[in-house]
Amino acid sequence: MGLFILRRVGVMLLTAFCLTFVVFFMTNLYPNLEKLAKTEGNFRMSDEAVTSYLTKNGYLEPLPVKYGQWLGVLPGFVHTDEDGKTSGQCYEQAQVVGGGTVDAERDVARFCGVLQGNWGFSTVFKESVNTILSKRLSLTGKLALAAFGVMIPLALLIGILAGMREGSRTDRSLSTFAITTSATPEYVSGVIFIAVLASGAGWKIFKGSATSAMDDATFANFTLPVMTIALYGVGYIARMTRASMAEVMTAQYIRTARLKGVSFGNIVMKHALRNALIAPFTVIMLQFPYLLTGVVITETLFNYKGFGWTLVQAASNNDIDLLLGCSVVAVFVVLVTQLISDIGYVFLNPRIRIS
Amino acid sequence: MDPLTWTGSVGIVLNPIFFVVVGLFAVMLVIQFVLSFTAPPPSITVNPDGSAMSSGGTIDLVGRINSYLFLGLLGILATYMFSGIFTPYGTGGIIGEIGVRLLPVWIALIITFALSMAFKRKLGLYGKLFDSVVGMIGFAIVMFWVFVAIFVAFDLVITHDPLSQVSGMKNKVPGTPLRGAEDGEYAHYLLGGDNLARDVFSRVMQGSQIVLIIAPAATLFAFMVGIVLGLPAGFYGGMFDTVLSFIANLVLAFPVILLFFLLVTPEIRAAGIDFGFYMWRVPTILASILFIFPLIFLVLLWNSRYFTQPSKNMLFIGLTVVIGGYLYLALAWDADPFGLISIDQNVLIVFVAVVFVNSPTVFRIVRGLVLDIKTRDYVAAGQTRGEGAWYIMLWEILPNARGPLIVDFCLRIGYTTILLGTLGFFGLGLESESPDWGTTINAGRRLLGIYPHPAIAPALSLMTLVLGLNLLADGLREESLKD
Amino acid sequence: MADTDTYDGPILEIDKLSISFFTRLREIPAVMDFSCTVRPGEAMGLVGESGCGKSTVALGVMQDLGVNGRIVGGSIKFKGRDLSQMSQEELRDIRGSEIAMIYQEPMASLNPAMRIGKQLMEVPMIHFGTSEKEAYERALEVVTDVKLPDPKRILNSFPHQLSGGQQQRIVIAMALMSKPSLLILDEPTTALDVTVEAAVVELVKDLGKKYGTSMLFISHNLGLVLETCDRICVMYSGETVETGRISDVFDKMQHPYTQALFRSIPLPGADKNSRPLVAIPGNFPLPHERPNGCNFGPRCDYFEAGRCDQGVIPMADVARGDRHETRCLRYAEIDWGAPIDVGKQTEKPEPGDVVLKMDNLKKYYEVAASALFGGANKKVVKANETLSFEARESETLAIVGESGCGKSTFAKVLMGLETATDGKILLHNSEIQDVPIESRDTKTIANVQMVFQNPFDTLNPSMTVGRQIIRALEIFGVGETENDRENRMLELLDLVKLPREFAGRMPRQLSGGQKQRVGIARAFAGDAKIVVADEPVSALDVSVQAAVTDLLMEIQRKNKTTLLFISHDLSIVRYLSDRVMVMYLGHVVELGSTDQVFQPPYHPYTEALLSAVPIADTSIEKEHIVLEGDIPSAMNPPSGCPFQTRCRWKDQVPGGLCEKEVPAVRHMADGHQVKCHLSDDIFAKMTPVIKIAAE
Repeated sequence: MGLFILRRVGVMLLTAFCLTFVVFFMTNLYPNLEKLAKTEGNFRMSDEAVTSYLTKNGYLEPLPVKYGQWLGVLPGFVHTDEDGKTSGQCYEQAQVVGGGTVDAERDVARFCGVLQGNWGFSTVFKESVNTILSKRLSLTGKLALAAFGVMIPLALLIGILAGMREGSRTDRSLSTFAITTSATPEYVSGVIFIAVLASGAGWKIFKGSATSAMDDATFANFTLPVMTIALYGVGYIARMTRASMAEVMTAQYIRTARLKGVSFGNIVMKHALRNALIAPFTVIMLQFPYLLTGVVITETLFNYKGFGWTLVQAASNNDIDLLLGCSVVAVFVVLVTQLISDIGYVFLNPRIRIS
Repeated sequence: MDPLTWTGSVGIVLNPIFFVVVGLFAVMLVIQFVLSFTAPPPSITVNPDGSAMSSGGTIDLVGRINSYLFLGLLGILATYMFSGIFTPYGTGGIIGEIGVRLLPVWIALIITFALSMAFKRKLGLYGKLFDSVVGMIGFAIVMFWVFVAIFVAFDLVITHDPLSQVSGMKNKVPGTPLRGAEDGEYAHYLLGGDNLARDVFSRVMQGSQIVLIIAPAATLFAFMVGIVLGLPAGFYGGMFDTVLSFIANLVLAFPVILLFFLLVTPEIRAAGIDFGFYMWRVPTILASILFIFPLIFLVLLWNSRYFTQPSKNMLFIGLTVVIGGYLYLALAWDADPFGLISIDQNVLIVFVAVVFVNSPTVFRIVRGLVLDIKTRDYVAAGQTRGEGAWYIMLWEILPNARGPLIVDFCLRIGYTTILLGTLGFFGLGLESESPDWGTTINAGRRLLGIYPHPAIAPALSLMTLVLGLNLLADGLREESLKD
Repeated sequence: MADTDTYDGPILEIDKLSISFFTRLREIPAVMDFSCTVRPGEAMGLVGESGCGKSTVALGVMQDLGVNGRIVGGSIKFKGRDLSQMSQEELRDIRGSEIAMIYQEPMASLNPAMRIGKQLMEVPMIHFGTSEKEAYERALEVVTDVKLPDPKRILNSFPHQLSGGQQQRIVIAMALMSKPSLLILDEPTTALDVTVEAAVVELVKDLGKKYGTSMLFISHNLGLVLETCDRICVMYSGETVETGRISDVFDKMQHPYTQALFRSIPLPGADKNSRPLVAIPGNFPLPHERPNGCNFGPRCDYFEAGRCDQGVIPMADVARGDRHETRCLRYAEIDWGAPIDVGKQTEKPEPGDVVLKMDNLKKYYEVAASALFGGANKKVVKANETLSFEARESETLAIVGESGCGKSTFAKVLMGLETATDGKILLHNSEIQDVPIESRDTKTIANVQMVFQNPFDTLNPSMTVGRQIIRALEIFGVGETENDRENRMLELLDLVKLPREFAGRMPRQLSGGQKQRVGIARAFAGDAKIVVADEPVSALDVSVQAAVTDLLMEIQRKNKTTLLFISHDLSIVRYLSDRVMVMYLGHVVELGSTDQVFQPPYHPYTEALLSAVPIADTSIEKEHIVLEGDIPSAMNPPSGCPFQTRCRWKDQVPGGLCEKEVPAVRHMADGHQVKCHLSDDIFAKMTPVIKIAAE
């Protein structure tokens, strides 16, 4: 078992390495850098000026070197211009550490990448990426937790009720509901919710903006974003649970239990449920990458300034460090949930656990 | 011209009835749901004549009442929709007039269904679809949008040019008459005007075209990639499988939204490998890789089967290479030697991004199916008579995996539609004036609290199309399992 | 239930029971006018081919027919109470406590996510409100009763941790937890290996006696019913055709179907040349295509038009015999004692030259010890260990063994799907052991072909029958033009006695036997010289088995093919093979001519195998040899002799030699070899396992 987890973690780290490299590569394509230079400098910069700006800031180093510096396995970039003024990625930090005296040999060439906890500086928010991410993530955590709290119990309940008597009327009405919600992406349900429940044209029960929910979440300002995220996932998970439950209910061992004299309620609770929940568990865990998309859409739609909103800001304003930071977080969330899903599957399933 | 009401003249009579029925239906649904926990399962009794009857007391009664109410509801809606056909212009209400505009679509739907029902026993899986109510509903919705897209191309359904702005129509509510409409010009904005004073109805109808071209085509390409790579991965296993599966998982672990933000940007379209004489741009790089798979697929398909008959083999492969190669050059490289076909770079990058996102999932499905089917004796029989690996994969395994693949194909078109909407929602890829649904929702959402109609119409359209595809997939799954 | 405790009438009375399944299109009658009575302590056998409705009867008794199935007529009385009148609660009380059921697939009938103990304890806890502790005691007791080692450990394990045989014992234990009055067994041993099956059958018999339980034993195997039951009920196409005491039905049958059934199964004495089997002509009618009058009419030798095809045919009491009934109008007119109309006899062909020679063939696999957690520690599975034999032209060599014996691996190596680890395979004097199929020339491939086991799997479901045969012809380079191949395909259909219009059919439109014929036609497309038949008839019904076997023999005779017949069924092996090779865990334990192998001296495994195979002949006396335990896993074989863990002769070998050394091959007589440590005088003392009682 230990070996299994170790191997999974190894694969996960390799995946994370590959993915961050891809993101790094794509954000550091020359047109992106050129745009960065122009937004930082001015839009009428000549090509030479752009090049000199980029050289000065270490953007024109070879890609692997840049990636190594960003990651923190290579020493940070240092540039000395014509005037002999030295600047660099970690230069200011080094000065502080070195107590005012600059020892280029020892202190300047320090490692200061993601691994050291230095995630860079946001050009849009003028703040360190670490601060932004920790603040935004906690906001999104609140939203996602609420959404999961609604989504999972609801989805499992619908799935189990529908699957336990396949083909019954209850099954058909619940399945129709599940199919409908799984055909309603967040930007559709959100738009409908706002139009019907939070606009002048419909009833004005809730608020169409969740900005105020960042500090003080209330029923009025938090319900719609939570429902919007939850709804799409409910359909999907409920359908998976239903399929799994329906399959289990036709299994021979359920017949065995029935012919042993077990009552229907006990068959569902004691015999079917555990077997039926193994498959949806994986699905729920793998729902995270999709949830992330939902979070981004919902936060944008409701103007809730969490992680997703930040991601959009970073991407549309070419804020490279922030975008990289967001990507690292996103990739790790996805990979960690995959890991939990793998391990959890093994734990839930005695057939694999004890073999 | 007066503004149109929603239901027009029939509404005066029907509206009260409609609301009563809706209210009743909602109440009964709740009752049914509550009852389903308590009431026993229906018992079936057999009549002396051999037919069976299901009776379950109250719950059954409630269920049946619900069915009737639902049918009644549909009936009223249909009356709203079709009454306009028989009444003069302006009296049918918004719904009725939309029904009139969609007349060619209704006719085409009726013909399709009549023909399919008549010959359903001869039509294989497609015919069996008409045994399943769910499948039929799904098929009807999907075909509705397909026909809309087709007739829009003949300038039939839409009322105004989707891109042109009419002064004074900015953010006007549905049914607003056109100020100073000239002769021959349609007198109303049926679903109102958007924030640039364009006709919402026409934009939504036109938007279906973009979705219905890109989504199925992108799904098809994703299937080609997934099949060509998934078959050998599942069949051979080993290192090849390990590497491909790792890459597939890599793409799957990449949050879709992030990929879109990184891939579908103006900057990425400018980036590429500079050869001096030719700039190999990112969209072209990706397209040239992804678009080669259908060609590989077809060549393998013909060669594995007809290598014993060289003349036939040459013919099929030759045709594939010539026609496919031409399309490949035109679409992927934008280098049509005759200058007939070209694809907008904005559309291309959207297309490529969507194919890229979908391929790994298809790969995994195909691989899983192959792992299952390759243990069958007919595969062993093929091997023991010395068949090539590709023959076994393409002709022995693939046809027998078609059921789950067709079902997934339908679901995946729906998913791709959602992805396209997401792209539009963030204003990525397509032009901001493009009438596709995602972009239109994006444009409309800013004033959602005040003028919801420009965003609601495309949102509902997108939802119905995806719902139709999901229902269709469900019906197909149900029927293909019955064999 | 006070009234049932004192009840002393029949346990189960089924009277004119009819069960139908309802589909959207039509009503499908599955059981019609079925009557039978089971008395206390009696074991009733229900026999018939697949689709005859025997399992439906069992589910009818349990009142568990699913949403589509209904009882449309008649009654089922359990201890005098009509089951179909009972409420759900009453039924639940009876299920599991008074009537218990045992199913075909033991793995599928146990909940994979629940410990065995909990599943067992549930029964008394539901029905008698027993405390958890008492229930546990009871479970321990029953698990000991079903002779499972280390009951406490077993109770604490999950189903997948047990072997198939152990699982079936648990299912039996579960059924016995509440000492039911009636036990229904639906093909309880079909999924098990022969030697394991024998042990389970023995157990069921003993426990039935010990607990005084009445049994309804459903099986397609007449031999098994003979060994377990007192009475028998033969079913055909939804109806009982004959019922009575075992001895009456087996020896004084009164229905043409029963007679035809017995003539189509290979009993000792049948021989492919001098006394071939008589297959039942025609096909089993589909439920909605049943003929008027007698269902068996169209396939019956005694059919009389105008009489047998009219109206409903009732059950008739046969005067002699104890409650012996038959559903035949002409039973009194038929001369049941008439000698069997012996089919066409053929000369035994002389075996020709050696075409295939295996010399010390070895095939080892490397597998990861655990698929999920492992990786580093690999294990070597010795699937084939020093295989040596020769096969001659137009000879049938049977390869016999149970699961894990390596017979399929051997076939794969011969076909070229795998290459040998060591040793030689000589095909017409050319070495092919290291030539994978991709590198073999067309001639070699066409010469060595295979017939597969599962008829539902052997044909590609999405290609027409004709297309599949033509494809084989294309690959083997037969015929110049498409027309040539088309004609050759039709000839092949003729060869396997299928109508030519089958060429355009899809496999799903064919019955199991017909599919198997197409499989044979495909294998002979390139005039194969060597055909490996991997259990070609084991998945078919008995009446079809005979026909397909005969077809194989006929083509073999015509083409002078060498047939390598892989099977676990010794009856059919005795019937058709010239020489027999017995395998166990990758080793050839015995090899010799059919007579040599079926007569002492035996290898101890062959002896046990012979004893385990049920024979549907009342005149046969068998020595009962029950093997302990299950077949060891090939991943983890025992030390020394592979059979030593289950061998009853082991103590006859001094010095624990069996556990230390793999025995050498011993040549007993001309061409007869045995891999065993036993000394010659012990071999000499062995007595035949199967004796035909004095006639």
